[in-house]
Amino acid sequence: MRTHAAKRIEIIIEAPLLRRLTRLLDEAGAPGYTVLPVLAGSGVSGPWTRDGQVSAAGGMCTVIMVTTPEKAEALMQAAFEIVEPHIGIVSMTDCEVLRPELFDRSAGES
Amino acid sequence: MEFFALAGQNLLSPIVLSFVLGFAAALARSDLTIPEAVAKGLSIYLLFAIGIKGGVGVAESGLSPLVISSLVAGFVLSAAFPFLAFALLRVLSRLSVTDAAAVAGHYGSISIVTFVAMTSVLDGQGVPFEGHMVAVAAVMEAPAILSALFIASTRGAGRKISGELLHEVMLNSSIVLLVGSFIIGWVTGPAGLERIEAFVVSPFQGVLCLFLLDMGLLAGRGIRESRGTLSGGLVIFGCVMPLVGGAIGLGTGWLLGLSTGGIALLTTLCASASYIAVPAAMRVALPEANPSVYLTLSLGITFPFNLTAGLAIYFALARMIGG
Repeated sequence: MRTHAAKRIEIIIEAPLLRRLTRLLDEAGAPGYTVLPVLAGSGVSGPWTRDGQVSAAGGMCTVIMVTTPEKAEALMQAAFEIVEPHIGIVSMTDCEVLRPELFDRSAGES
Repeated sequence: MEFFALAGQNLLSPIVLSFVLGFAAALARSDLTIPEAVAKGLSIYLLFAIGIKGGVGVAESGLSPLVISSLVAGFVLSAAFPFLAFALLRVLSRLSVTDAAAVAGHYGSISIVTFVAMTSVLDGQGVPFEGHMVAVAAVMEAPAILSALFIASTRGAGRKISGELLHEVMLNSSIVLLVGSFIIGWVTGPAGLERIEAFVVSPFQGVLCLFLLDMGLLAGRGIRESRGTLSGGLVIFGCVMPLVGGAIGLGTGWLLGLSTGGIALLTTLCASASYIAVPAAMRVALPEANPSVYLTLSLGITFPFNLTAGLAIYFALARMIGG
């Protein structure tokens, strides 16, 4: 089976900022993304959990997207602009995909 | 003597004991938890029920100048308290400007659960209160956030208040639900309430107990995990600020001409600190502020203080000046 090189960007961000992040990603031309809830974790500020929380303040979300290597840099930059002053992680890894056209919005438009 | 009897009654009420159970379970590292979705469901129920009942109260009593003056007073108090809290924090603690502004915002806004707990005390004592106090609670949610951001920005901290942030603050879910259900109650009146009474009135106390169990778990967990975060001065602030705010609320309620129940509720609103709407706004607008300081202080110190001692004090004082 033939695969194609792509980049997988994973952003863990504070829940109250999610809408701002996804809007910026849309504006930066993200081909799509998936938002996942985060249940619990531990970091610089110690352990935390979503159990029993009513406020969004203590919650985190994960945004995952797969894109072309050419677009990855701009999307990372857009994500970092939002996450930089806040609690969160932005990471990028190499991955392989079967249908590269799904992750390149400009290819569909041309 | 009457005060101690009331305080004892309050301490042994199901709602306070539910809170104590959650608090103790968290400190003892029990695996007891309330799932996030259930906690949010309980909070939606409580906001909806209290809003409906408040609206029905106004439908019964009618609109009066007192409603307008109470709303204006609530707005002004909420906007003014962060300045007072900030000044007190600068005296009692060594918090940075950003942290102090964020904490101050919490103390200008309100805790709707503390308000609901006071309505429960009033119901238990057979003391009526003005239905429009629910609208006053909704009005007091947001102004403090803007004051806190103003304090931070005039001292070189924080960010510009954007239109998006303003939209989020003014239309946060608590405000929308409280105001919306208040209007439903007002429009439909006692006849409307009668149709949903089995859902909105009868289970209220039981749901409140479960919600306070969750609050106890959160407060206990917060205290356990942030040991060393709060200095002695901050703990003193967490107990003194409610009394200072409450005293101002008490005087304002008396000047407005509210009933004894209304004065007790305004005192409670002024004495309480937010832990739902304000923390979320602060994470967006003041990300440099340490959330474990303001959340632990509001939820771990002030909320338990108000629930166990404050409610009895505020009710006794309201009865003293309200007759």
